[in-house]
Amino acid sequence: MSLIETRGLTAFYGDFQALFGIDFAVEDGETVAIIGSNGAGKSTFLKTLSGLIATRAESVVFGGEAIGGMAASRIVGKGLALVPEGRRLFPSLSVEENLVIGGYSKRPGPWTLERIFKLFPILAERRSSPGTALSGGQQQMVAIGRALMSNPRLLLCDEISLGLAPVVIADIYAALPGIKAEGTSVVVVEQDIGQAMKVADRVYCFQEGRVSLSGRPGDLGRAEISAAYFGV
Amino acid sequence: MIGWIDTIIQGLLLGGLYALFAAGLSLTFGIMRLINIGHGDLIVLAGYLGIVATDALGLNPFWSLVFVVPAMAVLGYGLQRVVLNRTLGTDILPPLLVTFGLSIILQNLLMQLFSADSRGLNAGPFETASIALPGGLAVGVFPVLIFVTAIAVIGGLQLVFSRTSLGRAFRAASDDRVTAELMGIDNRHIYGLAMAIALAIVGIAGVYLAIRTSIDPTVGPSRLLYAFEAVIIGGLGSLWGTLAGGMILGLAQSIGFRLDPGWGILTGHMAFLAVLVFRPNGLFPKTRDR
Ligand SMILES: Nc1ncnc2c1ncn2[C@@H]1O[C@H](COP(=O)(O)OP(=O)(O)O)[C@@H](O)[C@H]1O
Ligand SMILES: [Mg+2]
Repeated sequence: MSLIETRGLTAFYGDFQALFGIDFAVEDGETVAIIGSNGAGKSTFLKTLSGLIATRAESVVFGGEAIGGMAASRIVGKGLALVPEGRRLFPSLSVEENLVIGGYSKRPGPWTLERIFKLFPILAERRSSPGTALSGGQQQMVAIGRALMSNPRLLLCDEISLGLAPVVIADIYAALPGIKAEGTSVVVVEQDIGQAMKVADRVYCFQEGRVSLSGRPGDLGRAEISAAYFGV
Repeated sequence: MIGWIDTIIQGLLLGGLYALFAAGLSLTFGIMRLINIGHGDLIVLAGYLGIVATDALGLNPFWSLVFVVPAMAVLGYGLQRVVLNRTLGTDILPPLLVTFGLSIILQNLLMQLFSADSRGLNAGPFETASIALPGGLAVGVFPVLIFVTAIAVIGGLQLVFSRTSLGRAFRAASDDRVTAELMGIDNRHIYGLAMAIALAIVGIAGVYLAIRTSIDPTVGPSRLLYAFEAVIIGGLGSLWGTLAGGMILGLAQSIGFRLDPGWGILTGHMAFLAVLVFRPNGLFPKTRDR
């Protein structure tokens, strides 16, 4: 059984349909990338998995349980955490408080404040600063650490490299092996196809609310990906 | 000269009562951007609960706090979960309309139950006891108690905000309610707790008000106005600012009252308007517009 599986998942903003029957799965221990151009529906998909957007209950099965449309605050306690697009740190909270509040659901597991500081040592030095006073890369580290504090079985990352310099992106992706070593499965949404291909066991390409292509990076040709990505 | 110093002291102490009126309003606005138009009537309701409890117990009115404060907290949680949470969203109008309705319902309910006669609580000689200060000054024990209570309440709230897990959740929900949900924070529950705390403070304010003066079912809206003015003067979302705002309002009223007994309320409103004109965000603003 897959860790998470969606079957014919749809999502709407009011009358506007953003997702049309997404079939998707992540196995235990897998890293999966979702690529696709702006507006393809990648963020909407992650938000739907996290409970921020309503959908039919059976269209999302996580750990054998139908969780579609369940309140976001309950889903995180089941072991599914989202690093949201744009980081969304809490401005009134310090770095340390941002991390601590990630563990609000009190889900047991390996991740503690100390472990996060080992993963991203720079955060230990900045622990008392307001989260929003940090550089973009450091803020992204806080956002990832905050999600890890809920000890997720599945970590969803929405465009964690957006707007960051290549060296900073490398720093952040360097944390991935350590996260996977704890048995956490990871989904990364990336506009950078190269980065996605490098880290993922499998790739899904979204286009206008549908899965236009999926497979193992090695099995997919350039032309095929380009067609699925740009729709040409 | 002594007369003026006395006026200033009385005014600042009166500010403690206004801060107690305002603390709950400041809290619920800060956490969920909810302006509760029924806030003043809830203060009056708490005053009547204090009167009922004191009649039933036959003890000093201060003992009624043991009943009134938890009762108001439970009422606050229920009110938030059952009614007010449904009104919160991107539009600020629904909560205004619903709490305006709540205000009218409360006034009519109190009128039915207690009639239009004014009533009060009698705390005995304590009400008029005073402490002599050097220079022939004297301050009332009860006004000092009110002021100390206000400082304790606001200091306590500040501690909860900065030190506890609940306080972190309050701040996170205030910053960004959607991301707070992603942390496992159930906003509906957190908002319920915020209103419970707000109305617990209203419980204290109502009993103190009924001891200090007499109340009738129509005096709620003017208490709302004082509370609102204290919050705005202090700056939205700042708790210590709310205490300062209450003190400035009390001071302005007290000075006006000394100049001419008819002016007290007016000078308070004028101080409020002056702050609005020169510092539209209040003296100690905390809230970021996002
Ligand atoms: N809050 C919203 N309200 C209405 N439409 C939205 C909202 N957010 C996204 N959309 C629309 O849904 C579609 C998918 O958006 P999104 O999931 O953000 O795409 P991506 O993350 O792949 O760039 C786009 O057409 C976008 O305009
Ligand atoms: Mg996106």
